[in-house]
Amino acid sequence: MSELAVGNIVRRVLHIIREEDHSNTRDAVEGFRLSVGGDNDYIVEQDHLNLSVAAQSSLCRPSLHALLERSPDSATTYFTATTEDDSEEKRKSLDPNARSLEFRRKVISAVNDLIEDINTCHLVIAELAVEHIHHNEVILTFGRSRTVKEFLCAAKEKKRSFGLFVAEGAPKYQGHLLAKELAARGLQTTVITDSAVFAMISRVNMVIVGVHAVMANGGVIGPVGLNMVALAARKHAVPFVVVTGTHKLCPLYPNNPEVSLNEMRSPSEVLSFEEFSDCMDYRIGTGAPQLHVGNPSFDYVPPELVSLFITDIGGYYPSYMYRLIADYYSSDDLVIQQKPAS
Amino acid sequence: MDPRRASRTVSDPKIRQVGFFAPPPDRSFSGPPDPISTSTPNPAAATTTAAAANTSSPPPISDLSPSGNSLSPVMIPPPRHSSDTTHRPVPFPPVSPLRRDTLSLTVGSYNNNNNNIISSSPTASFYDESKGITVKVSPTPAASSFPGGGFDLTAVKASSVPASGLTTVSVVKTLPPGFTETIVEKVGGSVEMQNDLPANSKPLKERTSKAERRALQEAQRAAKAAAKAEGSKLSATTSGAVASANAKPTKATKPSSQKNDSATVASSEKKGGDRPPEKDRKKDAPHPRMQYDDKSRVEKAKRRAVVKQTEARNRVELFRHLPQYEHGTQLPDLESKFFQLDPVHPVVYKVGLQYISGDISGGNARCIAMLQAFQEAIKDYSTPDEKTLTRDLTAKINSYVSFLNECRPLSISMGNAIRFLKNRIAKLPLTLSESEAKAFLQSDIEQFISEKIILADKVIVKHAVTKIRDGDVLLTHGSSSAVEMILLHAHELGKQFRVVIVDSRPKLEGQLLLRRLVGKGLSCTYANINAVSYIMHEVTRVFLGASSVLSNGTVYSRVGTACVAMVAHEFRVPVLVCCEAYKFHERVQLDSICSNELGDPDAISKVPGREDINYLDGCTNSENLQLLNLISYLDCYWQL
Repeated sequence: MSELAVGNIVRRVLHIIREEDHSNTRDAVEGFRLSVGGDNDYIVEQDHLNLSVAAQSSLCRPSLHALLERSPDSATTYFTATTEDDSEEKRKSLDPNARSLEFRRKVISAVNDLIEDINTCHLVIAELAVEHIHHNEVILTFGRSRTVKEFLCAAKEKKRSFGLFVAEGAPKYQGHLLAKELAARGLQTTVITDSAVFAMISRVNMVIVGVHAVMANGGVIGPVGLNMVALAARKHAVPFVVVTGTHKLCPLYPNNPEVSLNEMRSPSEVLSFEEFSDCMDYRIGTGAPQLHVGNPSFDYVPPELVSLFITDIGGYYPSYMYRLIADYYSSDDLVIQQKPAS
Repeated sequence: MDPRRASRTVSDPKIRQVGFFAPPPDRSFSGPPDPISTSTPNPAAATTTAAAANTSSPPPISDLSPSGNSLSPVMIPPPRHSSDTTHRPVPFPPVSPLRRDTLSLTVGSYNNNNNNIISSSPTASFYDESKGITVKVSPTPAASSFPGGGFDLTAVKASSVPASGLTTVSVVKTLPPGFTETIVEKVGGSVEMQNDLPANSKPLKERTSKAERRALQEAQRAAKAAAKAEGSKLSATTSGAVASANAKPTKATKPSSQKNDSATVASSEKKGGDRPPEKDRKKDAPHPRMQYDDKSRVEKAKRRAVVKQTEARNRVELFRHLPQYEHGTQLPDLESKFFQLDPVHPVVYKVGLQYISGDISGGNARCIAMLQAFQEAIKDYSTPDEKTLTRDLTAKINSYVSFLNECRPLSISMGNAIRFLKNRIAKLPLTLSESEAKAFLQSDIEQFISEKIILADKVIVKHAVTKIRDGDVLLTHGSSSAVEMILLHAHELGKQFRVVIVDSRPKLEGQLLLRRLVGKGLSCTYANINAVSYIMHEVTRVFLGASSVLSNGTVYSRVGTACVAMVAHEFRVPVLVCCEAYKFHERVQLDSICSNELGDPDAISKVPGREDINYLDGCTNSENLQLLNLISYLDCYWQL
């Protein structure tokens, strides 16, 4: 349960499909309404569609877009259709195929849009950089995030001069890599150890980080050590800004995230095997293992510590994130159940 | 503190002048009230009178006059002086005027400790030595549980005065060294904060004519301008004894000791002399520590440096005020110079090399190593001809200290220990022969180590194990000797608990602690500092060690300590800080930027044991990329 983005995208695709379906039925309903009293061939199929539309509307809360687009009359026409008219049978046999092809085509194009969005979210976010980074600012970042890198470079392109502290982000030390890349692009970077974050944060104007996942309550799952940085930022009243693409927004609420949403990596990254065996040598004869080494990968940062989310659809506050879920996910997809093979 | 003290010494005598003008020597015993009460109404007059009094003093005093304004009551009144000198026992050799000078200097100042030595030395040689030396006034350490100058002064004072804090100096009284010692004993073992001197310790002075006083003041000012020296602890035993010990020898290297509050006075004295008395009443700010972006100072320091250091090419601008040197250049250079460095005793040299290489680290260990090296050095010391033991030995100690500081900046515990040692040297009675004095000092050092460090640790451990209950999960950061002792002792007592060791880069000292604890059978968990949020859920108590505790309760410790404490606070876990009292300091500091120690940036780019992490190889010299290695004593945090 560590790669939440995978689940997110699955849900997004499902949502796309449902949305397409929904809009299809809506169109069909519209068409039906216009031709009310006319052909009854469509009725049978319409019934199905109507029922599905009705079911959908009753089960899941419509997203904002759907609410806006839907006209008030369509709802009243659902159950007024009557079934008759065999002349439509013929057309039914042709249309389903065409319709489903059409449907699939639409879904595929929507998924392609999604892919495109994910690939270019950095650029969209980076355009917002100028609003937030100004001259002579000092920025702190943690670990390495491509979004953050593009964000900072965009600000640099706009000739904003700022200093940067990069916390190395043990045990992966991705901060080193980020610092090297940014220095190559001409940014004044200083690498600091994670323990020095509290020391330096008093001189920092803003903390900008990228995260692994954003939860429905606005909390974030980020590289281990991020909670420490967020606490230090709050203590010094430094804004803690998270840049993320919307594909990282997960519709789940975190429950005991340190354990359930965490992943333990090899302890040798923290304590080398040589050192470990040296320590264990001492305990010969005592039996029970006395040395545990923990190496979690992720850290949970509660929404109170986050000041701002900058996403490809704009900036939002943590308290608003749950609303975005409705735009991107359908409620019946939240828990993906496996149907028993029967 | 020192400037203030200095100014006081300048002004107070003038003030006290009024009170002191009562002729009879008995006056000196009358205690503080007289001088204080009489002094206040007429500060302005007092200043001039003091000066005049100084000038008008008889020959012994006139010898003193050039030395310093702050001559206090001791020096001033001529008839008293003559009577005093006649009354004085042997310990008042001609050098006693110096004592008086220093005494007077310290009188009236909050100077509980040391450093306020006026470089008032009537001898020409002294002047020559002290010419051109910048004196840095350093704030006095808050709590070297060693009694400060205040006690010394009280010892000097008439026996009727309680030891608690009266600092009026009675001219005549000379207490035997034993007396001072007892005072020391009393407070030796306790955790004690700096005794506070009353603001007005006013020595008694005789009245002299205004003109005489003014002339004396001018002469003193001139003398002071010429002589700057490092202050040392004021000895309390006798004015004479004190003066000789306190006549500070030249400072070999100022910046290092300055940085460590071992300095002082003369410049402040000068300032003090010019200020009106009202201003002198105000507390003067302690002279700021050496800032390394001050080019002139840095140049001076470099000229006197023993250890050659090349400045780091890629300096972090925020830390320009701290020394940033290329590491790795010192050790081989020093090793090659081993046999050429005459001024530095081999044992001290060895300790310095151990500091550079990191073999000895940790406040207590460094302090003990340094003191033991000084013991050896004192044992081998022999006074050169025509020099007094106290002055020369203090000069030597200063040179050792500056050498050690160049190897690695002194810790606060070391600074306090050095101040103690200098005070002891200053307080040596002149009756002692050289071998006796050396034995005396060695036993003093031994006592300091056993009382302030070892015994204090025992008390801490005894107290702290009561805070550990069965089933506890204790978290500690890095490797602190005090915390280690606590954990081991608790384990010996049979308590059932687990330990979580949180470690931070680049030093990774937690691994050493881990080895020792696992070796003793404790059940341990080891984690990186990043995982502290993850692990804090199961922790019941946090034990932290400290390099120092500052005057407002701020704890000054290894980098990363503040992060651990902050996360513990967030999770409502109690945090206990264990620190011996001799490490307390009265400095003030807001964050980790003002004063810190910068380590080797390469330690950051290289991750030991992880060859795959080599992104930053060769990047230390790129123009945009800097590596900041804040290492020891970096984090301070206050009440969260």
